[in-house]
Amino acid sequence: MKSFTYERPGTPAEAAAAVAAKPNAKFIAGGTNLLDLMKLQIETPTHLVDVNGLGLDRVEPTPPACARIGALVRNTDLAADPRVRTDYGVLSRALLAGASGQLRNKATTAGNLLQRTRCPYFYDTAQACNKRQPGSGCSALDGVSRQLAVIGASETCIATHPGDMAVAMRVLDATVETVDAKGTERRIPVAEFHRLPGDTPNVDTTLKTGELITAVTLPKPVAGMHIYRKVRDRASYAYALVSVAAILGKDGTGRVAFGGVAPRPWRVEAAEVDLPKGAKAVTDMVFAEANPTRDNAYKLKLAERALTAAINQARA
Amino acid sequence: MKFDQPAGQNPIDQLKVVGKATDRIDGKYKTTGTAAYAYERHDVVANQAYGYVLGAGIARGRIGAMHVDEAKAAPGVLAVVTTLETPRLERGKMNTAYLFGGDRVQHYHQAVAVVVAETFEQARAAAFLVRVDYLPEDGKYDLAAEASAAKPVPADSQEGSGGAGEERVGDFEGAFAEAPVTLDETYSTADESHAMMEPHATIAAWDGDKVTLWTSNQMIAWGHGSLAKILGVPKENVRLDAPFVGGGFGGKLFVRADAVLAALGAKAAGRPVKVALTRPLIANNTTHRPATIQRVRIGATKDGTITAIAHESTSGNLPDGSPETAVNQTRMLYAGANRLTAMKLAQLDLPEGNAMRAPGEAPGLMVLEVAMDEMAEKLGMDPVEFRLRNDTQVDPNKPDRRFSHRDLVGCLNLGSKKFGWAKRNPTPGRVRDGQWLVGVGMASAYRDNMSLKSGARVRLDGRGMVTVETDMTDVGTGSYTIIAQTAAEMMGLPLDNVVVRLGDSDFPVSSGSGGQFGANSSTSGVYAACVKLREAVAQRLGINSADAVFADGEVRSGNRAVPLGEAAAEGDLTAEDAIEFGDLSKQYQLSTFGAHFVEVGVDVHTAEIRVRRMLAVCAAGRILNPKSARNQVIGGMTMGTGAALMEELAVDTKRGFFANHDLAGYEVPVHADIPHQEVIFLDEVDPISSPMKAKGVGELGICGVGAAVANAVYNATGIRVRDYPITLDKLLDRMPEAA
Repeated sequence: MKSFTYERPGTPAEAAAAVAAKPNAKFIAGGTNLLDLMKLQIETPTHLVDVNGLGLDRVEPTPPACARIGALVRNTDLAADPRVRTDYGVLSRALLAGASGQLRNKATTAGNLLQRTRCPYFYDTAQACNKRQPGSGCSALDGVSRQLAVIGASETCIATHPGDMAVAMRVLDATVETVDAKGTERRIPVAEFHRLPGDTPNVDTTLKTGELITAVTLPKPVAGMHIYRKVRDRASYAYALVSVAAILGKDGTGRVAFGGVAPRPWRVEAAEVDLPKGAKAVTDMVFAEANPTRDNAYKLKLAERALTAAINQARA
Repeated sequence: MKFDQPAGQNPIDQLKVVGKATDRIDGKYKTTGTAAYAYERHDVVANQAYGYVLGAGIARGRIGAMHVDEAKAAPGVLAVVTTLETPRLERGKMNTAYLFGGDRVQHYHQAVAVVVAETFEQARAAAFLVRVDYLPEDGKYDLAAEASAAKPVPADSQEGSGGAGEERVGDFEGAFAEAPVTLDETYSTADESHAMMEPHATIAAWDGDKVTLWTSNQMIAWGHGSLAKILGVPKENVRLDAPFVGGGFGGKLFVRADAVLAALGAKAAGRPVKVALTRPLIANNTTHRPATIQRVRIGATKDGTITAIAHESTSGNLPDGSPETAVNQTRMLYAGANRLTAMKLAQLDLPEGNAMRAPGEAPGLMVLEVAMDEMAEKLGMDPVEFRLRNDTQVDPNKPDRRFSHRDLVGCLNLGSKKFGWAKRNPTPGRVRDGQWLVGVGMASAYRDNMSLKSGARVRLDGRGMVTVETDMTDVGTGSYTIIAQTAAEMMGLPLDNVVVRLGDSDFPVSSGSGGQFGANSSTSGVYAACVKLREAVAQRLGINSADAVFADGEVRSGNRAVPLGEAAAEGDLTAEDAIEFGDLSKQYQLSTFGAHFVEVGVDVHTAEIRVRRMLAVCAAGRILNPKSARNQVIGGMTMGTGAALMEELAVDTKRGFFANHDLAGYEVPVHADIPHQEVIFLDEVDPISSPMKAKGVGELGICGVGAAVANAVYNATGIRVRDYPITLDKLLDRMPEAA
């Protein structure tokens, strides 16, 4: 870990200004990802702006019947929130499918959105990784890629967004609220929050420097069965090979997003009209542009079958 | 004490303390966090500095230059020791690659420098400032690609259980060609990491030309000799101390870079230095269980009598490395007049392979016992019945050499009954429970029982307390407790009157912990020392030792009863001895046996596999402490489940390293993966094994269990996977449509 300076500002705008003021400054909240990355010198911020004292830790109703989740609401609290459990079950289930109880106690809503990939080459500083060190290359392309992206990736990077929470937020059409150093607020649809790698895989999101997430808002609840189906090699404490966040009616209509397959939660709204026809019609369209490696081609079949499981669950 | 005749009646047979389910005497220290592991020995020496090991960033080649000026100037840095400025050091026992010194890189993350600083964070930060100019060379990293160039293993291998490279009995090829029912299949197993909780860690301190290492090591005497050789100092100037070891599984049998670099760092810094290996270094700097490619051929008559059996295994290793002895159990487990077992070794430039819990048998039975399941199906026989049909009470290679005691049949029959095997549907893919396809599988368990010379010193004081000292280690296995039970039984004392001190190279040399030889060997050594102490007590009290009865804290002879402590009223009585095992293991085959039964569910949609229940029945001689023995067996069953379903060091065959080198990437079973586990020990003794009449049990649990899981997956789905671990991607293409 490199030496860094540290401050605790009083307001969100001050926090944003503090990060904007110094090169290579970063926000820190729960620290469950950033601290590990700093120890390995994958992240080397010179200044940390601790946002834990800013409040932003409530889940509030925002009429009519919507919800506003403070950026610092802990994953455990969000998953247990009665409103979330009642109206946004897919989100609660996704959170509980992630990490461990100890990590969820610490991890925040904003931090979860900003967690970085778990590609093994990103974590090994002796290996080429364009996400960690732009221009160094991508060892994963012809390396170990069983966990990595099958769609949305590029020739420079095949890393996935590893999280569960964002996949549920994507199916809920959530919106990320931010504030910048000047106090200007912005609303970013979660669909546009995570970037595809293109030629700049080092940039994970569309946030600007110093822009601070203050909340995530959820629109009016969507009727149907809220399902989060996470498929993994062991029963707990593992990243998704594929996950399905779905809200489905008994007639099979609804919406679906996929996790573990792309650099961001992967949802193709146009394919959702085919949901009543069954999983294959949907996944054929959702993954039409897929470009898997030999090691991760199984994810296409797995996504189809995991969606079948969700549809069967909704119809039962 | 020489053990060269079967044991007769002895004080252990009283079973007042031995054989009772006993809580660990060190348990309270473990559960309260007061058992100090190597890295936490803050009190043993003042002024400890921190060393951070830098591993090579290439798999093979040379180092042209190392740039350390920045690191040396970094805050808190006390010393930087590089491999370039260090002459290549000697290797310790069973080291294949060099641990340090010279410009050659033999494998990824081979240690190239240690940075010593005032704090851990400073040492780590400075290590990132070391720049290394590599001259990479091409290497061989893909076992499947190199297998055709693998060479037969010539001589007796020292790894695992040892054994000849090739053994033939009768005419395998002829008998196989004539057999009416045959199986010929090829399987593969993955590289696996020990993944013990406590990393390799050492604190080293020099006092003049003497060095003390507080370390984490399974084999103190081996480590003692190895470190003297590596560091180039006389043995008497080296001391090792490892009272608590947080798991080893074979990964700490041999000295590794933590100990060597703590010592070198301490010398350079002029201060005590502590070093722990990081998780990535554990995967790529230390040893692992090598991957294998195994071919099994079985020929049988239609009634299921095996007439021909062949097991061939190919594994890879660095030059000078050993094979994974995956064919060994096939020499002993089943009858059959015509036999072939052979091993080949390919040269690879991956990190070195070596022993991991049940080396040989664990991957060997993973394959053999799936092949047996496949063969039973070809024969139309129940898999239990097929195994019963081919039991042998003699070494199939030398029919006049009997097993000392073998009750595989008892394990199979009792396990079958307790598990409800008769209810199994032999047709695969027919049992459904909600979203789960349900299947059951079984396998035999087999592991050789080895014994090593083991010494101990016992001391009686005037209060009637007995202190046992031996360099035996407790690697989480329960050594403290069974040694205390042994001394208490021998001296007629309650457990509380025995103090056990372990893991110090100043103590008598023991067997150490490994190869499931530790429990039986080390307690036998304590038995031997206690026999001497009993004689000394009797002599001191003027009692004929043959008449003396040691019970309830007293020594009795005729009408006389004297508190044991009185024998030491005028000064402590000390006795030391070692058990030395004679030729009984040549006259007899000593092995342990078991039967595993497993039920799994396979998700009908996603092919996720979850174990639902497990049963092991074990026949392993006298069970010294049923509680800690059960603990060992369920740990083995858990580890074997990992091997069957998830554990795999993922080889980057282009860059030559294990890419998933942390506990997020290398998945081992978590609590949620492991259901209720039942373990039954057959009530038996083996007087040919030792005065304790016990055998090893620490590795038996892992042997065969993975095959039982795999066979259950087949029974659930009808899909036979021969490339382990069985991850869901290997099932998906063949899963039935899930409507």
